[in-house]
Formats: sequence, C-alpha cells, structure tokens
Amino acid sequence: MPTKLVVDCSTGVTTEVELTAEEIAQREADAAAFAQEEAQRLADEQAKAAAKAAAEAKLAALGLTAEEIAALGK
Amino acid sequence: MATTYGAIATVTVGSGGAANIEFTSIPQTYTDLKLVYSLRNARNLDTDSISITINTVGVGTSLSLRGNGSIVVSFTETKLNAGRVVSATATANTFNSGEIYFPNYASNVNNKSYSSDTVTENNNTQAFQQLDAVLYPSTEPITNLTIFGDNGNLVEYSTATLYGIKNS
Repeated sequence: MPTKLVVDCSTGVTTEVELTAEEIAQREADAAAFAQEEAQRLADEQAKAAAKAAAEAKLAALGLTAEEIAALGK
Repeated sequence: MATTYGAIATVTVGSGGAANIEFTSIPQTYTDLKLVYSLRNARNLDTDSISITINTVGVGTSLSLRGNGSIVVSFTETKLNAGRVVSATATANTFNSGEIYFPNYASNVNNKSYSSDTVTENNNTQAFQQLDAVLYPSTEPITNLTIFGDNGNLVEYSTATLYGIKNS
C-alpha cells in the first residue's frame, strides 16, 4: 500500500501514513489526466519546433544566411 | 538582531518511498513561507511535473515557463504547479532543486499566490528549468501544504524543508 509522509509542524513529528482507497483512486485519476495534458503539450512543442525548422529551411532556400535568419527571431 | 528566517520542519523520504510529503499545522506566526526541496520520483521517464495542494485543495491557475536548453514553452494549467522533478531514467542519484515562495500566507483577506523555480539534473539528453506563477483563489490562511510528483512516488533521499520568514 502506498504511503505518505505527514509532518505535524506544531510538534515536529513525522508519521508515515497509508493512503486510503479514495486517495489512491484520486491519485490515479489525477496522474492519468496530468499525463494526457503533458503528452498534448509535448506534441504541441514538437509541432512548434518542426514548424520553426521548416520556416528556416524555406528562408535559407530563398538565399538568407544563417545569421540573417537568426536575426529575424530577435 | 532578530531571527527572521527559520526552518519549521524537514522531511526526508525513507527506503520505501512516499506518495507525497505533507506539512500540517503550519504555524501562523511568520510573514512568508518558503518550501525548499530536492526530489526524485519513480516515473519511468527522465522527468515529471510536480504539484502541490494548499489546505488539501489542488486547483488554481498556474502560468508556467519551461526551457530544456533548446526550446522554451509557456503554458497555463488549472492545477497548482511546482516545477519539474528528476525521474527514474535520468542519471542515477540525481535530484531536482526547487523552491516555492508564499508571501503573506497567513492573511485571511488576500487570495494566495506563489512563485516556484526548479531545475532538474541529467547528464544525458535533456534537463529542464521551470518557473511557475500561481494563484490559489482562497483567502483562507495556509495551514497545510502537500508536495508530490504527478506520476510516481518520491524515492528515498528526497527531501523537503519548510521555512518561515519574518519581516522583522
């Protein structure tokens, strides 16, 4: 059974407490939601990076130097 | 000179790991709080996100900025973000470095806000830095804080210290 560490700041005493079934279920649901959000965000990041690379390649094909392309992003 | 900065409590995770670290009965005698942590969790990737709950509630508005050395992304979430943690496939025995600052935590008038700043450690492909600006829309004083990795238990030697800060 997963546990949590609980420290009572009024006494300084730390206790290891087993998670309840409710806490475990909530934790699993949260983890699934977080993982889904993160996967979407990573996909967005990759799409953004790919679009940037494609745009730079097109600019290079038009004859811009690497320095000129970099200057556009500043 | 008055003591204006003091450790309230420190927790270190033991060999069995832990789902989270929870600080209860936080004293209301300081001006601000600072939570400093060095964490690693068991997610089977090189990194994971970290969240907190305040007074057992985990909903708010997080504005986050994350960089990995080549790309920076900005995003908004409705959970209480607290940066990134080192996870299972990152370089062995590395931990993140992070801190959260809670100003005016004992107020019963103001909504609560905090900022967090974390970095991960990894000798392999990538590591992250993340900044979070977070609003927790409640005027209740903060008496309880919990910190956890979103997708895996905290591993042995993870540690968190809660500090109290006074303005005089």
